[in-house]
Amino acid sequence: MKHAVGYNADARLRWTEWLPWVAALAVFFLLPDYLSLGARVLTYILFALSLDLILGYVGIITLGHAAFFGLGAYVTGILSAKLGLTDPMMQMLVSALAAGLLGLATGAVILRTHGLTQLMLTLAIAALCLEIANKATPLTGGADGLSGVVIAPILGLFKFDLYGKTAYLWCLGVLFVSWWLVRRLIYSPFGASLAGIRENSIRMHAIGAPVYARQLLVYTLSATLAGVAGALLTQTSQFVGLNVLGFEPSGELLVMLILGGVGRLYGAFVGPLVFLVAQDYLAKQFPEYWYFGIGLLLVIVVLFARGGILGISDAVIARLRGMA
Amino acid sequence: MEAFLASLVSVAFHGIAYGMILYVISVGLSITMGLMGFTNLAHGVFAMAGGYILIVSLSRFGLPFPLALALAFVLVAAASVVLERLLYSRLYGAAELEQVLFTIGLIFMSVAVARLIFGTLQLPVVLPDYLKGQLSLFGRDFPAYRVFLIVFSATMIAALWFGIERTLWGAMVRAAVDNRAMAQSIGINTRRLFTVTFAIGSGLAGLGGALGADIVAIQPTYPFEQLVYFLIVVAVGGLGSLRGPFIAALLIGITDTACKYWLPEFGAFFIYVATIALLLWRPAGLLGKRA
Repeated sequence: MKHAVGYNADARLRWTEWLPWVAALAVFFLLPDYLSLGARVLTYILFALSLDLILGYVGIITLGHAAFFGLGAYVTGILSAKLGLTDPMMQMLVSALAAGLLGLATGAVILRTHGLTQLMLTLAIAALCLEIANKATPLTGGADGLSGVVIAPILGLFKFDLYGKTAYLWCLGVLFVSWWLVRRLIYSPFGASLAGIRENSIRMHAIGAPVYARQLLVYTLSATLAGVAGALLTQTSQFVGLNVLGFEPSGELLVMLILGGVGRLYGAFVGPLVFLVAQDYLAKQFPEYWYFGIGLLLVIVVLFARGGILGISDAVIARLRGMA
Repeated sequence: MEAFLASLVSVAFHGIAYGMILYVISVGLSITMGLMGFTNLAHGVFAMAGGYILIVSLSRFGLPFPLALALAFVLVAAASVVLERLLYSRLYGAAELEQVLFTIGLIFMSVAVARLIFGTLQLPVVLPDYLKGQLSLFGRDFPAYRVFLIVFSATMIAALWFGIERTLWGAMVRAAVDNRAMAQSIGINTRRLFTVTFAIGSGLAGLGGALGADIVAIQPTYPFEQLVYFLIVVAVGGLGSLRGPFIAALLIGITDTACKYWLPEFGAFFIYVATIALLLWRPAGLLGKRA
């Protein structure tokens, strides 16, 4: 897939980059009924952002990214429901560490392989996690899921309320910090070397860049962010089920990112928003058609619109400028 | 001791039956991926379609079992030709990501269509009377259908191997797998070869899905749930190889059956761990030519 945005040396914030945050705050004040959906969207934006890091910026295709998301979700759930650790910051920290460690261990294996074998391994690792979560019933609740998740107030001050106000702002805050980190990373010289690895890894080897070590670092970081997103999901929904693991959530995440646009940073913002809002309206009324629709959408995006929504809008803007 | 021996024979027998099914389904994937370099994640869709064709033609139309099997092969192969000409061929030589996304899209669509037509529940297979019951061999009883399954799959596999290794068509396929540009330059119509090979591979998947409908439940989520097994067979066996996936499929069939029999609480855990370990040892698979 062609990447419209290569490495950009100008790291200054453009005014358009503030738009998502202004919009998110506007939603908080103007649409109080949609805050739980909003928190879900923010969580999946973080999850998609973590996938964009390895898919869009390193070029590794994974069908099992939900393994890290699910691990983060289950770690927070188990800490809260079984071990009585209810502080959201600590839960998130442990979830991030656990997912990061899994990312490091599996990345060390996955990054040594290519093509079909790599795809299969990412899928096998996600399937392995699903199998463990399904069988370790005393710990995870198995097929029934893990309920009884209790979350203490953030910093002992902000209680998770019934209307989801705290949850929404908590997700927004975590996403903002993560976005800032990811943005710093991809605009750094390190980010430039990632773009190099994606575009031509043989040449990067030739100029002496430690390709494997850098890929592994990004893979670990991406897994960590996915774990944080998983922790957010558990904290805002106060429940963990098997549906956070396996191929289907990984596939859906891919759909969201592709829909927004890969390797563009903000594709990860647009995709989950459109996908989850559409799902909220359509999936309950027409579940079968919904699945058919996202399948069809993927096929169409691949055949006709390879840059996703942001790619299309870039093309439209470029044409308008050309006319002016 | 006798009880242990009996369970050992039973596990080996059921494991081989399952392995045969896995191979008949996955061999098409190995060939088409080796031949065209196309990452077709939607291969399980063909197997599911074969399973549904068998079930519907048996229970709703009352067709005889052999005819239902033949239909599963022919209809799936025919449908795959249409798909290949219309859609897949546009993505030959495209980036791996595009092929992956495209075929995941096909999976989503087929899961939705299967749910709309057949509902979410698993459909039972109504076997003909002559395939029910037990068959006595070497003083032990074996389920007749599994015996038939093993014998029939073995025949199909032998025919396929003969076709690829002893016929002109097979020589052309092997040439195109090894070096496509050279095969084209000596006048092999690789385009047509692709279509025919793709149809045979998909047809075999349909046949495998139909044969295995009694073992691997036919339900709408089949292409999602079984995908990892098909990919393991191909990756462990070695891309583009014929015999590698056969060994891999039998290994997986027997290991999986043994684990489910003796260690059900671990589920498919060992399969995944063994796969990862094996690929660390041999990244290109057991008999693979390239990684």
